[in-house]
Amino acid sequence: MSVTRMFGASVKRREDPRLITGEGQYTDDFKLQGMLQMTMLRSPYAHARIKSIDTSKAKAHPGVRAVFTAKDLEGMVPPMPCAWLIPDSDLKVPTYTALASDKVRFVGDAVAIVVADDSYIADDALDLITVDYEELPVVTNQEAALKPGAPQLYDDVPNNEAFHWKFRNGDADGALQRAEVRIKQRFVQQRLVPNAMEPRSAIADWNEGAGELTFYNTTQNPHIVRFLISATQGIPENKIRVLARDVGGGFGSKIPFYAGDALTVFASRKLKRPVRWTEDRRENYVATIHGRDQIIDVEMGADRDGKVTGLKVTNYANMGAHLSTAAPGVPTWLFALIVPGCYTIQDYACDVHGAITNTTPTDAYRGAGRPEAAFLIERMMDLLAGELKMDPAALRRKNFIPASAFPYTSGGTLAYDSGDYEKTLDLALKMVDYEGFRQQQAEARQHGKHLGLGLSTYVEVCGLAPSKAAGAMGFQGGLWEPATIRVLATGKVIVLTGTSPHGQGEETTFAQLVSEELGVPVEDVDVVHGDTNAIPMGWGTYGSRTTAVGGTAIYKATQKVIDKGKKLAAHLLEASVDDITHDHGRYYVAGSPQKVKTIQDIALMANLAWDLPEGMTPGLEENHFHDPTNFTFPFGAHICTVEVDEETGEVKILRYIAVDDVGRVINPMIVDGQVHGGVLQGIGQALYEHAIYDDRGNLGTGSMLDYTVPNA
Amino acid sequence: MTQSIRVTVNGEERVSEVEPRTLLVTYLREQLDLTGTHIGCDTGQCGACTVSLNGQPVKSCMVLAVQADGATVETVESLAANGKYHPIQQAFWDKHGLQCGFCTPGMMMAAVGLLARNPNPTDAEIREQLEGNLCRCTGYQNIVAAVQSAAEAMRVAQPVTASGAGGAGGEEE
Repeated sequence: MSVTRMFGASVKRREDPRLITGEGQYTDDFKLQGMLQMTMLRSPYAHARIKSIDTSKAKAHPGVRAVFTAKDLEGMVPPMPCAWLIPDSDLKVPTYTALASDKVRFVGDAVAIVVADDSYIADDALDLITVDYEELPVVTNQEAALKPGAPQLYDDVPNNEAFHWKFRNGDADGALQRAEVRIKQRFVQQRLVPNAMEPRSAIADWNEGAGELTFYNTTQNPHIVRFLISATQGIPENKIRVLARDVGGGFGSKIPFYAGDALTVFASRKLKRPVRWTEDRRENYVATIHGRDQIIDVEMGADRDGKVTGLKVTNYANMGAHLSTAAPGVPTWLFALIVPGCYTIQDYACDVHGAITNTTPTDAYRGAGRPEAAFLIERMMDLLAGELKMDPAALRRKNFIPASAFPYTSGGTLAYDSGDYEKTLDLALKMVDYEGFRQQQAEARQHGKHLGLGLSTYVEVCGLAPSKAAGAMGFQGGLWEPATIRVLATGKVIVLTGTSPHGQGEETTFAQLVSEELGVPVEDVDVVHGDTNAIPMGWGTYGSRTTAVGGTAIYKATQKVIDKGKKLAAHLLEASVDDITHDHGRYYVAGSPQKVKTIQDIALMANLAWDLPEGMTPGLEENHFHDPTNFTFPFGAHICTVEVDEETGEVKILRYIAVDDVGRVINPMIVDGQVHGGVLQGIGQALYEHAIYDDRGNLGTGSMLDYTVPNA
Repeated sequence: MTQSIRVTVNGEERVSEVEPRTLLVTYLREQLDLTGTHIGCDTGQCGACTVSLNGQPVKSCMVLAVQADGATVETVESLAANGKYHPIQQAFWDKHGLQCGFCTPGMMMAAVGLLARNPNPTDAEIREQLEGNLCRCTGYQNIVAAVQSAAEAMRVAQPVTASGAGGAGGEEE
């Protein structure tokens, strides 16, 4: 009779049946009537002047419908937008056009597109385009780029410095001067390639008569794509439908709006045919954003007893050849505010220099700024522990914000709502048998074996919102989320979410949430995302915000549905609303639970509208637009034990323990899966992954053969 | 300049005209509309395009369609039969062996090949034999668990006999 409780249950994912049978709908799977294929000619040079481009042979090639260069875009495709305009940083957004006109600035910069009957023909035609380049001096390293005399990429970005962003809290200089101990360290957050398994893809389908664009896209944020297409190509926002059905992983790399996206729209409008573009992996390596690439100098001051008193950070961030959509926010806001981590460090200063270089642009990648911050502060804790000959766990304990101090305003001026950092640390230490391991380690060392233990605590700023904060940080959008709960006459429920999950499983998680609240069977709930015509609005899936912000919007909408149901139930049961109890899909008068109206009864009567109370509108559908008042601050402790072969340097991971306080867990199976994936990407950065440029700006690690994506 | 090929795809004989340079994966996706087989790298590194060619898992971006002339090809679309999932599909679902799902068809086809060769693999063997199939989402923990779960289900369904033929649909090495 009662529906199984869904909150906290490891419900198997409803996404999976289509994905395990090959019936997923990824962008490249769509085939539209009359669809043409687009390919892009990309620069083999990291920095060069384009003297001339000859496309005549390519145009004459059988099966080629058009070849376009920058000249053709004039007046049709304005420069690509940067959507995170960080304030008070002397920000300069260099002009970046979808196709390079005068200069190419990184290997992979696009110079021409071919649209042809199929991709093989289009690729053939790329070989027939002749570009006369004049090579220019190249700079790939951010520190080198900021030095006087470095090759200049743009006339209007002097010294290649796109911004100098500053954060100050308290008196870091004074604290460091007074400190009994000072530790200085440089950290290199190497450049990473996101490597979502699905390459990026777009299909633009322009309907000239209707003046409408349908745009299929590998994106984490379809409504933002809609807005950016509208803003850049002059198509009214309400005439654009963006569809992101199944998306094969993103890790941040599918947040930005890319040249390829804009160019398919352009080509479809020009040719009045659907145009599909799908990058190959080689393009993905050079023309999809990279992550990290920050050189960070840190100075930390402390008392002799281990209490940290001050912290100064200078981050040289390699932004690549232009500012990608969200890029300026990553090494600044998303990094700097959380640097003080779990600790009571208040006197803190951070400077971030964003450098333009002849490399692939960087932007948000897995954690985006926050892993860099956690690594920094945790390594500093280890170094300080080493300096003071203290146990690294004890040192952390000494500096933790105590559980009793919450809510707590951090040295990064964030309002941490809650936390108990000792508790997660204690649990992790217990799980690894810390004392026992230390003993084992000492014994092993005597036999020439090198065991190690890495310990990290963290607090992360997640649930990206509120919109007010977004505005203050210069993010050119809101960060609220809408939800619609539509209960049909048959009691089936449609949920609309503006978030855009692409592997995180929220079709299942959100169905569980709605099932729990409304008391309908979970299989009666369908979650719709990734269609801008169906969904009122949305800011997308990134920044650990989908369940925290989108899920909360859904929760709040369910409460409105329940409330409307109460009014109708009261009417039908001839009782006062105040006397109606809602218990998991059943409405009754308190004290007489035998006379029940189920949510299904209510849904039917609301949709029929034969007998509604005075003033009630028909239907059972509610919207809630949720804008949180704060971020969320999940925290935890991770411990990894390893054995290192001193001869070969090979690292063998013995154990990995993750203790994460993520709040109330809706689906433990899915949460565990997310942690698994995140841990392996972390291990990937620690042990395997590094995107390396040579002096001429060629990406030496430009394929899955040369760049080690961790395998099984 | 096309060439005629005859390929049995998922049990159905298909006669097609293809360009000699057409990759098997392109043929499957673009000509036969079997889009369950994905292209992750088109250079043989990621394994997303893995299909079964004459019973052996191959990366279909490394095979020309003309090389499949006269051959039998099975793709992810062939796994479920008679309204029932193949044990590998069931196991990937049960064990949360997928997130974005893009690598999954290739991963499952490689795993089917693995289990045909070795119906009772160790975790280490699974990890080694799936190293040509990349997944960026799961960290592989649940993929290994899924392959183990499928192996068990397949052993129960079709116990290894003294004559040695084991594994559902498996071929002797």
